[in-house]
Amino acid sequence: MPKMSAAELKERLARDLPGVLMPTRTRTQTSSDSEALVDGGKAARPKRGEHAPVDLLATDDAVVYPERLQEVARYVRDVLGYELLSNITAVDYLADGVIEMVYHFFHLGGGPALVIKTRVPRDHPVVPSLTNEWPGANLQEREAFDLFGVVFTGHPNLTRIYMWDEFEGWPMRKDFPKQGDKYFGDSGE
Amino acid sequence: MSDDREIQLEAEKHGIFLTTMQRFYNWGRRSSIWPLSFGLACCAIEMMATGLARFDLARFGAEMFRASPRQADLMIVAGTVTKKMAPQVVRLYNQMPEPRYVISMGACATSGGPFRDGYNVLRGIDLLIPVDVYIPGCPPRPEALLHALMTLQKQIDAQRLNQVRWYGKREAKEYPVPTFGKHGLEIDGKLIDPVGGLPLVSPYTSPSQGETRSGMIEHPELVRHFPIMDETVERESPYKATGIAPEIAYNDLKRPAVEVNHAENERR
Repeated sequence: MPKMSAAELKERLARDLPGVLMPTRTRTQTSSDSEALVDGGKAARPKRGEHAPVDLLATDDAVVYPERLQEVARYVRDVLGYELLSNITAVDYLADGVIEMVYHFFHLGGGPALVIKTRVPRDHPVVPSLTNEWPGANLQEREAFDLFGVVFTGHPNLTRIYMWDEFEGWPMRKDFPKQGDKYFGDSGE
Repeated sequence: MSDDREIQLEAEKHGIFLTTMQRFYNWGRRSSIWPLSFGLACCAIEMMATGLARFDLARFGAEMFRASPRQADLMIVAGTVTKKMAPQVVRLYNQMPEPRYVISMGACATSGGPFRDGYNVLRGIDLLIPVDVYIPGCPPRPEALLHALMTLQKQIDAQRLNQVRWYGKREAKEYPVPTFGKHGLEIDGKLIDPVGGLPLVSPYTSPSQGETRSGMIEHPELVRHFPIMDETVERESPYKATGIAPEIAYNDLKRPAVEVNHAENERR
């Protein structure tokens, strides 16, 4: 069963496609923290529901530059053999001003998913579309556009999919108003 | 009323059946309420269970789920009405011939339920069409739907022929179908249920109250109260209050265990 760890993927990307990887903070520090916890005893352990501030952008997965995403995706499909693009989703890191796109690729021979991430600024989220290689990416990219406002260049039909066409705003973004009555004054009542 | 009932009972002994036109009409309508075959979310699963053998909606003459609104008397709004679905629900209701009834099944259809603070769910179907019976629950048990149907039958029994709209020459009432706007649903270009806010119109009253807007709009500055936001609640952590839930305290969650005697069954 094919199995490729994130570290191995990053190593191969750095070797075969130099310059695609974005510099990121890794999460290795947190793992040493948890080891220290085991050593240090239970007194230092935080209570349930209480957490130390987390570095949200720290990740062990491969983060690539958005302009080279298509290249990486083709590499993952043709060279590594991960042919099935299973999942495309967006994550909004409001405090960091970053929208992260997460792509899950699967090998048809089984095994765990290969995760590719890319990061774009929140105020100008433009990512190249993968619909040419994977037609199934069409709806998922429309979903990310509809709910997060990520613009996919090269998408054949980038329109809203869940919300109605007249709607304004990106409802799954963290700063979207909930019961905040943002529009209350605008209604002309 | 009790008077002529006694007369009727006496007459029935002699093979004569007496009734009033009104009671006869109401009996006819209450005994065959055909629901519209129409479900929106998980409440529809409970509605299907109600229609099938175990709970058997047929006992009330209401088992004929019609696929066409033209043949239906009752609309069971079973499930979450999203803003995108709301115009279709109103349009279906407008297509039903009078007399027509609406049961709002579950928390979502009644008020938006757990999705009330969200961006995509209508905050109660009664903002758009009048509702006869509301059922609380998430989702309500089939028994609750049966009880709602019985409640509706009682309401039909209380109707008076000279007061209901549909036997006169009055026109059937059309309810305005909402349209999609920039910030939410609109009726005649006016925002009624904004995304990220509270509804800007009041709900319709039930048909027995006149099917008009009640005029009661939720105040936008109303701070809603959650126990965890209460300063007097002692907290174990930022997200957890101390103590245990009352259901657990009263041991209400535990069902008595069913003991099966296999040896006994085998012998039989």
